Amino acid sequence: MNTGTNASTSTSTNTSTSQQLICAAALAQARQARFAARRRVNQVALALSLAAMAFGVFWLVWILWETLRLGLSGLSLSLFTQMTPPPGEAGGLANAIFGSLVMVAAATCIGTPVGILAGIYLVEYNTRGWLAEATRFVNDILLSAPSIVIGLFVYAVVVAQLRSFSAWAGIAALALIVIPVVIRTTENMLQLVPASLREAAYALGTPKWKVITLITLRAARAGVITGVLLAVARIAGETAPLLFTALNNQFWNGDLSKPMASLPVTIFKFAMSPYENWQQLAWAAVLLITLAVLGLNILARVLTRQK
Amino acid sequence: MSTTLTSAAPPLVQPGRPPGRGPWLPARLADRLFAFLARGAALLTLALLLGILASLVHGAWPAIKHYGLGFLVRSQWDPVGQEFGGLVMIYGTLATSFIALLIAVPVSFGIALFLTELSPAWLKRPLGTAIELLAAVPSIVYGMWGLMVFGPILAAWVQQPLQSLLSGVPYLGALVSGPPVGIGILSAGIILAIMVIPFIASVMRDVFEVTPALLKESAYGLGATTWEVVWKVVLPYTKTGVLGGVMLGLGRALGETMAVTFVIGNMNQLNSLSVFEAANSITSALANEFAEAGEGLHQASLIYLGLVLFFITFVVLALSKLLLSRLKKGEGARA
Repeated sequence: MNTGTNASTSTSTNTSTSQQLICAAALAQARQARFAARRRVNQVALALSLAAMAFGVFWLVWILWETLRLGLSGLSLSLFTQMTPPPGEAGGLANAIFGSLVMVAAATCIGTPVGILAGIYLVEYNTRGWLAEATRFVNDILLSAPSIVIGLFVYAVVVAQLRSFSAWAGIAALALIVIPVVIRTTENMLQLVPASLREAAYALGTPKWKVITLITLRAARAGVITGVLLAVARIAGETAPLLFTALNNQFWNGDLSKPMASLPVTIFKFAMSPYENWQQLAWAAVLLITLAVLGLNILARVLTRQK
Repeated sequence: MSTTLTSAAPPLVQPGRPPGRGPWLPARLADRLFAFLARGAALLTLALLLGILASLVHGAWPAIKHYGLGFLVRSQWDPVGQEFGGLVMIYGTLATSFIALLIAVPVSFGIALFLTELSPAWLKRPLGTAIELLAAVPSIVYGMWGLMVFGPILAAWVQQPLQSLLSGVPYLGALVSGPPVGIGILSAGIILAIMVIPFIASVMRDVFEVTPALLKESAYGLGATTWEVVWKVVLPYTKTGVLGGVMLGLGRALGETMAVTFVIGNMNQLNSLSVFEAANSITSALANEFAEAGEGLHQASLIYLGLVLFFITFVVLALSKLLLSRLKKGEGARA
């Protein structure tokens, strides 16, 4: 259009004007075609993006659906009251559930204080020092390090020295996984606490440890609890570090210096077996763990959203 | 005024405090103790990494001494004959992770694009949460689902049609041969892909959101389409961050144990490079054999494998961290 009007106002012969008009029309057409092509590329890309999103959600729905479908049929009261059975007999998962609860609770109790203290160090003490920088770096590595390597480490340090598999070794392995998760969230949450809050407390003459425990940590409470919940969710489903630390136990065991059953290891053993009733129990256990882990995650999200 | 205040101050500050016990000594002691504890916790984290490294090297020493670096290219694995080499497992680990990235990177890019540019505001949060929940599902659940549900479906709907289509074709036919049970490198790779998509997608989403609105709006103002803005403005601006996210996903995929152990088939073979043939990975060899391995060369070789795995993931994760922090620095410089 623009070029067309330009052409008509230009002072030239009739033939050149019409030539220019034809040229301009061709140009406009080419532009339009190009624009249409760009729009097509855009539409295809956006459609693919939509498909990718659907792809991601599809797996979540499918996995949850199968877990529910196959797990619900195995759910019963005897699951919580009876021991893991030998192949072909009825039974439950009581010892595995108990073992999981004990080990996760103990590991959380050991790992959380260490993680919170290290997180405090990163934010409140010497934030830019070599130790803080190195700890941050190492922590990010540990956060994603293969959990089975943690199992190897605990095997070498605890199991090989004591010459026996034990629940304590399992607890140690899980605690080592809790620490980096808690450090990361504690650090992030403490950084959100406004400096003016600290300064106000210091101005009143409060000692540093009181400022940290009573002011900053309290202000970041919801976030720190979220971190602990996420850590619990993480270790509740961990199998690899327990395989050669806590091992497994077919019977009820309250002695932490002996091998102890846990839900994930039981699932591993039962699911790989050819026995129908073991596989059924494994699905029920998978359902229990999935519900617990997803529940904890959603709870953690709700907690931070209120913040 | 001021004189009355200072004269009145001491009784106000310390009402009823026993004489001789100043408030500062215990407070300072508590301060020191607290700082010491915090510093100790930070040091413990550092020591943890060194401890892991030292214990792995120590445990693997008999195998390192016996085989040296040649361990990495030997493919025999014979616990009875005491002959060990890590090639099969290392190949399995790398191949499954490669397949996982091949699937996960484009899908994650699509998800991040959707969440940052396309999604209506009210959908962003639930969809983002759904993807993050995918990351929270324990790996043993993926493994069980992969073995019982996904494997058979993959065999019936993908493997068998592919086999009948490509039977007789040289090379390609060999690439899809194998018993139709849906267990092997490909199913392990696909399940790993599903597991690392949330990690890569959420990093990509976060770095995409870092792109200054000014840049994007300028591009839109020039008439660029959404795709052009993302491909030619957002992606170049965030490429180090995106690469960091991919590395993070790779680190996860390399070290994943349970999901792979369930579906890879745990067979020490490298005769067939078919993606449907059962194979083994470092993590699944450790999970299956370590608790039963006798002390000596077998155990040392397994720990050697663990050391190799730790080394690879360490390099990958360190690279990821480096790339992500570089994006942060660049962002600070530009702001």
